[in-house]
Amino acid sequence: MGSRPDSADGVYLDDAVQIAAKILVVGHFAVGKTTFIGTMSEIPPLRTEERMTQAGAHVDDLGGVRGKSTTTVAMDFGRITLSSKLVLYLFGTPGQERFVQVWEDMTRGALGALILVDPERLKESFPVIDLVEQYGLPYAISVNHFDETPVRPENELREALDLLPETPIVTCDARDQKSSADALIALVRYLQTRTDRRA
Amino acid sequence: MSTPGDPEALSVELVRPYVITNGRGLPDDDQFNLITLVTTSDQPRPSHLDPEKHSVLDLCSGGLLSVAEIAGHMKLPIGIVKVLLSDLSADGFLVVRAPVPPAQLVDVSLLQEVLNGLQARFG
Ligand SMILES: Nc1nc2c(ncn2[C@@H]2O[C@H](COP(=O)(O)OP(=O)(O)OP(=O)(O)O)[C@@H](O)[C@H]2O)c(=O)[nH]1
Ligand SMILES: [Mg+2]
Repeated sequence: MGSRPDSADGVYLDDAVQIAAKILVVGHFAVGKTTFIGTMSEIPPLRTEERMTQAGAHVDDLGGVRGKSTTTVAMDFGRITLSSKLVLYLFGTPGQERFVQVWEDMTRGALGALILVDPERLKESFPVIDLVEQYGLPYAISVNHFDETPVRPENELREALDLLPETPIVTCDARDQKSSADALIALVRYLQTRTDRRA
Repeated sequence: MSTPGDPEALSVELVRPYVITNGRGLPDDDQFNLITLVTTSDQPRPSHLDPEKHSVLDLCSGGLLSVAEIAGHMKLPIGIVKVLLSDLSADGFLVVRAPVPPAQLVDVSLLQEVLNGLQARFG
């Protein structure tokens, strides 16, 4: 098992890092989650698997494998060191509702979520937005414009997605670092307004 | 590296997690989450450790990594990695940088630091 990375350059965090924060990058199939994380990450994006056992199945019963007792969900993630003591992780999470176990793990301790939306496939975003709301995570909407799609006015999108007036909508090209960083910044600014209100 | 459709790799995939956690279920503990930061302690390693635990310690001896990164580099599911880390930590082989408690996570100053960091790096 080759467990040590080929080169240690840039693999490890600085020893001084004390705090790790997490933001989720979510959205429907092929909306740009992996691209966004790859654009922003300082390390080559990594992939992890979460294995889930369906209710009632025995983990230790290998015979149960034949009965499809487990499913595997893959998540991409990346890392951004933000200061000498703070690191931010971005996790790309698929939006399927049935992966409840994964969502519990992913949302626990997350600052918030950036929901990537393709304006031509708005309906596909509904289940993802529902899920994020269900887990009580504050979020911002990032509209990824794919080539040659017409720009839709913000109020139209807000209405179609049934968003609160304060929920930020930004446009973003997940292939562009400045554009992707701006989307994250918009999310964090929004999170700040929420803590202000609570205080 | 295993490729989907390779029958041998598939069976290994299905069996190994069970074997390397000695049949225990996956822990639902709070000690390790995806972004808990981990590195090795100074405690010398015994030679009779499980190979998977050796691999974890090899990886972690290079510096600080999150649980998610350890799983990603080792190509093991998160749940399995948590089991291995719990054992190694209980035996004193790891230094764990405790995750920020939820109340502190929405701390105003933390969000400000995240914002400052993003602006400094990408602004
Ligand atoms: N024009 C445009 N293309 C994009 C953008 N983001 C991603 N793409 C392209 O869309 C395709 C899908 O992107 P991915 O990043 O793989 O999407 P994903 O959400 O990770 O997909 P799944 O993991 O399969 O759900 C790729 O070919 C990207 O190059 C964007 O903002 N604008
Ligand atoms: Mg993807």
